[in-house]
Amino acid sequence: MANLNLTLKVWRQLNADDHGRIETYEAKNIPNEASFLEMLDIVNERILVDGGEPIHFDHDCREGICGMCSLTINGIPHGKDKGVTVCQLHMRSFKDGDTIWIEPFRSRVFPILRDLMVDRTAFDRIIEAGGYIDIRTGAAQDANNLPVEKDKAEAAFEAAACIGCAACVAACKNSSAMLFVSAKAAHLNYLPQGAPEKQKRTLAMVRQMDAEGFGNCTNQYECEAVCPKEISADNIAKLNRDYVISSAKEAVG
Amino acid sequence: MSALSCCNNSAPFRFWNSSIGKKIIVALTGIILVGYLAGHLVGNLLIFQGEHAFNEYAHFLQTMLHGYGVWIARIVLLGTLVLHVVATIQLTLANRIARNIQYQCPDTVTATVSSRMMIWSGSTILAFIVFHILHYTVRVSPTLAELGENNPHAMVITGFSNVLVSLFYIVAISLLCSHLSHGVGSIFQTLGLRSHKTALAIDLLSRAYALAIWLGFISIPVAIMVFGFGK
Amino acid sequence: MLNSNIPSGPIEQKWTKHKFESKLINPANKRKYKIIVVGSGLAGGSAASTLAELGYQVSCFCYQDSPRRAHSIAAQGGINAAKNYRNDGDSVQRLFYDTVKGGDFRSREANVYRLAEVSNAIIDQATAQGVPFAREYGGLLDNRSFGGAQVSRTFYARGQTGQQLLIGVYQSLAKEISRGGVTMHSRTEMLDLVTVDGHAKGIVVRDMVTGEISSHAADAVILATGGYGNAFFLSTNAMGCNVMAAFRAHKRGACFANPCYTQIHPTCIPVSGEYQSKLTLMSESLRNDGRIWVPKNAADCGKKPSDIPEEDRDYYLERKYPAFGNLAPRDIASRAAKEACDDGRGIGPSGLGVYLDFRDPIARLGEDTIRARYGNLFQMYEKITGENPYTSPMRIYPAVHYTMGGLWVDYNLMSNLPGLHVLGEANFSDHGANRLGASALMQGLADGYFVIPATIAPYLASQTPGSVTTDAPEFKKVEEEVRERVGQLIDITGSRTVDSFHRELGHLLWDKCGMARDKAGLKEALKLIPKIREQFWKDVRIPGSGNNVNAELEKAGRVADFLEFAELLCHDAHDREESCGGHFRSEHQFTDKSPEVKAGKTQPGEAKRNDEKFSYVAAWEFKGVGKKPKLHKEALKYEAVKQAIRSYA
Ligand SMILES: Cc1cc2nc3c(=O)[nH]c(=O)nc-3n(C[C@H](O)[C@H](O)[C@H](O)COP(=O)(O)OP(=O)(O)OC[C@H]3O[C@@H](n4cnc5c(N)ncnc54)[C@H](O)[C@@H]3O)c2cc1C
Ligand code: HEM
Ligand code: SF4
Ligand code: FES
Repeated sequence: MANLNLTLKVWRQLNADDHGRIETYEAKNIPNEASFLEMLDIVNERILVDGGEPIHFDHDCREGICGMCSLTINGIPHGKDKGVTVCQLHMRSFKDGDTIWIEPFRSRVFPILRDLMVDRTAFDRIIEAGGYIDIRTGAAQDANNLPVEKDKAEAAFEAAACIGCAACVAACKNSSAMLFVSAKAAHLNYLPQGAPEKQKRTLAMVRQMDAEGFGNCTNQYECEAVCPKEISADNIAKLNRDYVISSAKEAVG
Repeated sequence: MSALSCCNNSAPFRFWNSSIGKKIIVALTGIILVGYLAGHLVGNLLIFQGEHAFNEYAHFLQTMLHGYGVWIARIVLLGTLVLHVVATIQLTLANRIARNIQYQCPDTVTATVSSRMMIWSGSTILAFIVFHILHYTVRVSPTLAELGENNPHAMVITGFSNVLVSLFYIVAISLLCSHLSHGVGSIFQTLGLRSHKTALAIDLLSRAYALAIWLGFISIPVAIMVFGFGK
Repeated sequence: MLNSNIPSGPIEQKWTKHKFESKLINPANKRKYKIIVVGSGLAGGSAASTLAELGYQVSCFCYQDSPRRAHSIAAQGGINAAKNYRNDGDSVQRLFYDTVKGGDFRSREANVYRLAEVSNAIIDQATAQGVPFAREYGGLLDNRSFGGAQVSRTFYARGQTGQQLLIGVYQSLAKEISRGGVTMHSRTEMLDLVTVDGHAKGIVVRDMVTGEISSHAADAVILATGGYGNAFFLSTNAMGCNVMAAFRAHKRGACFANPCYTQIHPTCIPVSGEYQSKLTLMSESLRNDGRIWVPKNAADCGKKPSDIPEEDRDYYLERKYPAFGNLAPRDIASRAAKEACDDGRGIGPSGLGVYLDFRDPIARLGEDTIRARYGNLFQMYEKITGENPYTSPMRIYPAVHYTMGGLWVDYNLMSNLPGLHVLGEANFSDHGANRLGASALMQGLADGYFVIPATIAPYLASQTPGSVTTDAPEFKKVEEEVRERVGQLIDITGSRTVDSFHRELGHLLWDKCGMARDKAGLKEALKLIPKIREQFWKDVRIPGSGNNVNAELEKAGRVADFLEFAELLCHDAHDREESCGGHFRSEHQFTDKSPEVKAGKTQPGEAKRNDEKFSYVAAWEFKGVGKKPKLHKEALKYEAVKQAIRSYA
């Protein structure tokens, strides 16, 4: 049950208009078993007692599923541990005396709201553009009337595991949203239920992604490496393929 | 972004103006350039077969399809290159804008150095291509121009006897190798032909191709400069 | 005062009959009605999108940055439906019965029957939306078993059933947002309810980015704001889960029903220290294969589990409840764990833990099968504890998880405040004193997709659309009160953090009103809570201003409400002089001497209901801060099932 003493370099910024800067905090006597966010809670508690304003960061479920938490630790979104969100990162991954840089998920498309909180509503707009199956409540047939091949179902599931955290964008050297968009599109495009709207969906989602101002993919796979749900870049290949086919169909049809 | 608002909605225009569409163009032009490089290399290596074979090959290129062949090839290649360059510059600019703020403490998990300097390796290649064309195709140097007419083999040997020329050539080819080591594999992903099962093989292929190109092209100036080949 | 509006007739026909007899609103008129939906979880999101599909103008609110992040996302295990795809004898009737029994005969029959009835349509709907439920090799849907049932009726999507269902809901919401049917307000917190002439007609909200406080008016208000488990500070809920919306409605006149019915989930990762901010659930589905045990002898607790031989292990659930074994319902499994630990046989550093062991299933089925079934859960456990559950058993302990209590609603899901409808975990309606696994997702979606779209029409039909706007003086008044309260909080500039108060309250509730409660403890809690509250209003420190993102201010608003709500919770627990489901009063349990025990119907230590006196819903009316709320009783009548001792032996 060793305790850690750490130095934190934290991005502080009052609101979107503020300039922002790195500030240094000493995080003393942090229990090994604490999660990264609990470490920040402890630091914040001390800041508050000393009369300061706490470090703001987004978080909610604290179990790696809501996709709210969004910290870049030492330059890596969600930190260097594989397959975890920052709320699942535990202090036992750090050593006594470490200096830890904590920055927001950066991208031009994600304005900073305060300190480490950013605005990711661009993702919602991409889904609104076409990331759904257009079915009215009540219009569905019996669920077992439409069997789905197990490997298709699995592939759809793997893609659907995306929690919309935007670490992929934050990690990408081009601030590209391709991993997210491709995962969301693939989830529905793999399934027979999603087939009727496949072309429309693919084009609409990509166009919205471009309109938001995300960069484009240069196949460097940083996204895949940091994704807490280990979403595969195979989805990007699929999106490229689906996009070409959809564009061609749109052009001739 | 464009003045051609009348055709803003035409399919090719939309394709070109979308991130994925433009990437597809980069990949397709990349394939042509990659293919061309392979052919170019095989031709160049004929230099080791001796003066006769090489000059014959040069002559063949010049007279192919009654002399039109080389022009068709030049136009296609030039068009390809222009598309490739314009598209990649636009993409790179868009990417710089999207990532307008850098991290104070940046880190990289898996992206290769080659993949991160595509625009620099590409630009050097472009500069080199211009130089290379002026050097061996347009032949701005009167000595080379004269040799080129009669004896391309000798032209090449003379050209590479200049240390600066050879050094630039080696640097450019090395960056080309870097460009290809990322680029060739990238084609598969961009065209949707890569998956986790094939990723490793594609990666190896990409690197092997880049290495082959590097060894092949570099061998000529190295042979001339270091081993005094052809002198 | 409380009219449950249960339709007459046989239970199987009530819902159909009720739908037929309810007023409809013609499609052209629907457009004229505005509906506010607070909450974008399974209940709120499905309601918002379905109502918009029908043509109503919907505004939807959530405090997260995106509707997709509501806490429904965290549900792991599954969702029930009476499809009987397994041919194992399931039916609407059986799902209904299991749920009523699971709720320890404290739920409203008619609601539960309707829930079972629409359960199948939920699976169809979700599947059509592309929710990737687990499938068998033939391409058809797979099922698993869950606690409190002897049939396999639970549909699941690996360990992410909640996330996948919520993404389905969110996508249909996105569809309606893009169509213009729903206006979404995320990062917007409801701070109060506005009533006009006794009808709920709007809300006052705070924009959590700019701090702006504004009013929204509508013809009806729907609250689907989730449960209040965070009153206990530590729970499996998300950090932001709160009682604010429901409690404000309560303070404006809505009755709060059965707040003392809180569910403690048996399989959570034990607390490891004071700094802990939340507890993590390990899905109940683990109990399908995992075996729960503690050492037989307290002396063995410090030993490595692998060093404790079979004969020295007490598989206490299998021993006490042979028919259900490790799949005994949650309240029962939790209490059994507590008993073992109280007996000094708890394991782990704190002594508050039991083993959930996969040694035998791994030996029987192989590690690969276990990995395929529970891989992500095992991984999650390992990430949090740093221990490998494939080689050593998991350590688990009960934690606050779900709240069966909530705002009182009638059969139409309308509270006693006309116009105020309440869905999902925020209402009290379907789970009685204990909720069975995989039935909250079912209820949230039933409420949102299938019930409210039909049951809101009768109320709306009685209203002139658009009759109230935010210009009404009632809005100005509430807005002013809200501003004042925010200002008040900021002006205290005391010395203690919001969390320190929340933690203090949580400890107290867990001690006095947790897994087991008694009169003396509850009395004490009722004395102490007002003290903490007083201290809070004197000494809390909230830095910064109200016109910016201010996390401390948000938390303070929520904790201020928990501090009032906790009293209500304890009043209810104190008043209910019986044990039932999640509410266990130590004074009321079976002993060796009870005739029922002698007759072999139950065992010593089990919850002892008092049907004669307490077969009612306790709906509390607010009477002022610090004042005892007024109790209204809705008598529970059982026509289709017979109240019986709830036995899982
Ligand atoms: C860890 C965990 C696992 C679970 N597993 C299962 C399971 O396997 N099967 C099962 O059936 N059930 C499970 N449950 C229970 C189930 O998930 C919940 O009861 C259910 O999802 C609640 O849905 P809801 O829509 O009522 O509320 P929530 O999903 O909690 O949504 C509440 C909504 O209200 C909003 N909100 C709250 N307050 C305000 C406010 N003041 N202003 C504005 N917006 C507000 C929130 O932003 C959110 O959008 C689990 C619960 C937990 C915690
Ligand atoms: C012989 C010449 C060249 C060859 C064979 C070549 C080949 C390639 C290939 C195969 C790709 C990968 C395509 C993909 O991602 O799918 C690529 C990408 C790229 N090329 Fe070239 N290229 C050449 C010249 C140039 C030049 C002159 C430039 C100058 C600007 C350039 C700049 C780029 C850039 C920036 C990329 C990355 C684009 C991206 O990933 O989005 N290339 N090239
Ligand atoms: S693809 Fe991965 S990194 Fe990107 S949003 Fe989804 S879960 Fe996050
Ligand atoms: S807080 Fe929900 S994923 Fe981290």
